[in-house]
Amino acid sequence: MSDVAIVGIGIHPFGRTPDRTGLEQGAFAVRQALGDAGITWGDVQFAYGGSQDGGNADTMVEELGLTGLQFINVANGCATGGSALISAYGAIRSGQYDLGLVVGFDKHEQGSFRVRPADWGLPEWYGEVGFALTTQFFAMKIQRYMALHGITDDALIRVAEKAFTNGALNPTAWRRRALSYAEIAQSTMISDPLRQYMFCSPGEGAVALILASPKKAAQLTRHPVWLKAAAMRTRGAGSFEVFSPSLSVEDGEGATPIAARGAFAMAGIGPEDIDIAQLQDTESGAEIMHMAENGFCRDGEQEKWLREGWTRLDGRLPVNTDGGCLANGEPIGASGLRQVYETVLQLRGDAGVRQVPKRVRTGYTHVYGAPGVSAVTILAR
Amino acid sequence: MAMEGKPLADNVFTWPSDDPALIGGVDARGRLRFPFMGRPGEQPVELARAGVLWSWTVQRFLPKQPPYLGRETKAEFQPFALGYVELPGQVRVETRLVDCEPADLRIGMPMRLTIRPLFRDEQGQDLLMYAFQPVA
Repeated sequence: MSDVAIVGIGIHPFGRTPDRTGLEQGAFAVRQALGDAGITWGDVQFAYGGSQDGGNADTMVEELGLTGLQFINVANGCATGGSALISAYGAIRSGQYDLGLVVGFDKHEQGSFRVRPADWGLPEWYGEVGFALTTQFFAMKIQRYMALHGITDDALIRVAEKAFTNGALNPTAWRRRALSYAEIAQSTMISDPLRQYMFCSPGEGAVALILASPKKAAQLTRHPVWLKAAAMRTRGAGSFEVFSPSLSVEDGEGATPIAARGAFAMAGIGPEDIDIAQLQDTESGAEIMHMAENGFCRDGEQEKWLREGWTRLDGRLPVNTDGGCLANGEPIGASGLRQVYETVLQLRGDAGVRQVPKRVRTGYTHVYGAPGVSAVTILAR
Repeated sequence: MAMEGKPLADNVFTWPSDDPALIGGVDARGRLRFPFMGRPGEQPVELARAGVLWSWTVQRFLPKQPPYLGRETKAEFQPFALGYVELPGQVRVETRLVDCEPADLRIGMPMRLTIRPLFRDEQGQDLLMYAFQPVA
């Protein structure tokens, strides 16, 4: 018997919404989640929420209603949504509350993230010479991985092709055109070996989830989705992370495998028990490496997995069924919760034209971000 | 090595010098990192001048200005290669890669340190920075 249920979900379409602030998009998602759960704002006992560039989450009480509830803002980079979810999970498991909200939203300026080296403890020259770009890190990480494990450009292209195929089936996705293999393969090289259509862009969007204790969930729905595990972890010594003027010559473990192990231990199941997975795909290479880092395959096996279509909607382990970051963009505060939203839809059988054909009993979500953080959840019905 | 100009930043490499080296820092717990940041208890050390290429990429679009110091426009921008060079037994250093085409780059190839003018300041003086080049 799991201890925390997801009884309501809401989403504001991802992409660009010039006439709505990040906070308004957040409130939009909250109202939808309340409606989905069949409750009112006055029923919500507590909330955790966050965004990186969209404003203070708790400000939305102004729009949702001044009920006096506990509302805690969370700021944890790419793990913001996951961290808010873990906090809410703990609040319910502790018995302190039995019905609460998690909300993540964002609204970023266009183009690559502008980095202030001092914010990262880096010397000014690091940005001046043209190093402080996340795109370079992703490119260098997959470049080495491809050389070590026999991954080819074909695999990078197939990840993007799948993402845009799934995105075209998702009414709340940003990029909704199914790009062809050739279009992706011929798109502009951004940072070798990664091309334009292999990268996601910072964007906008919001997701809200209503969490409940088993007792409360039983009153609200006959079909709750259970949060079996939620783990957030930081990196080990010697891991390769973004914005590193130097790295240790001793290879270390990144945050993802640590978070994955924590989540699997918490859920009491293994990678072989997972039916669908949402894995951070800030670019094509990330999805490939995260397949192995989360334990779904061995290093190098991704080449075959992708060639055989095993991660497509009709494959043995569908990955990023809603188009992932590539098709949805990356509003940092909302990105991790989008994965949970999609997993709940698939577990309920409510994903419409992109519903995975096989029976879905378990789902896995994973985010990774600077400076070496990862958040993983495991859901089941 | 007679070269006009001044380093873009102090304490990154030994200069002026006929045989410059990058300057790393060893902290109180004995961990070696680059660059030397002058933190309390941190000791500067000269790093090896040669190593092997650990990974690489090419920056193909104009980085946001700031922080990028180059004053060129999008149209003028020339892609540049960068990567990590592993200095044996020390650290992997992030660096510009010069005197090579992307097609020539192979993980594991021998590389050595060089100092190059990277930008020019308002007075027209060259600003020098470290880079690595393939060992011929």
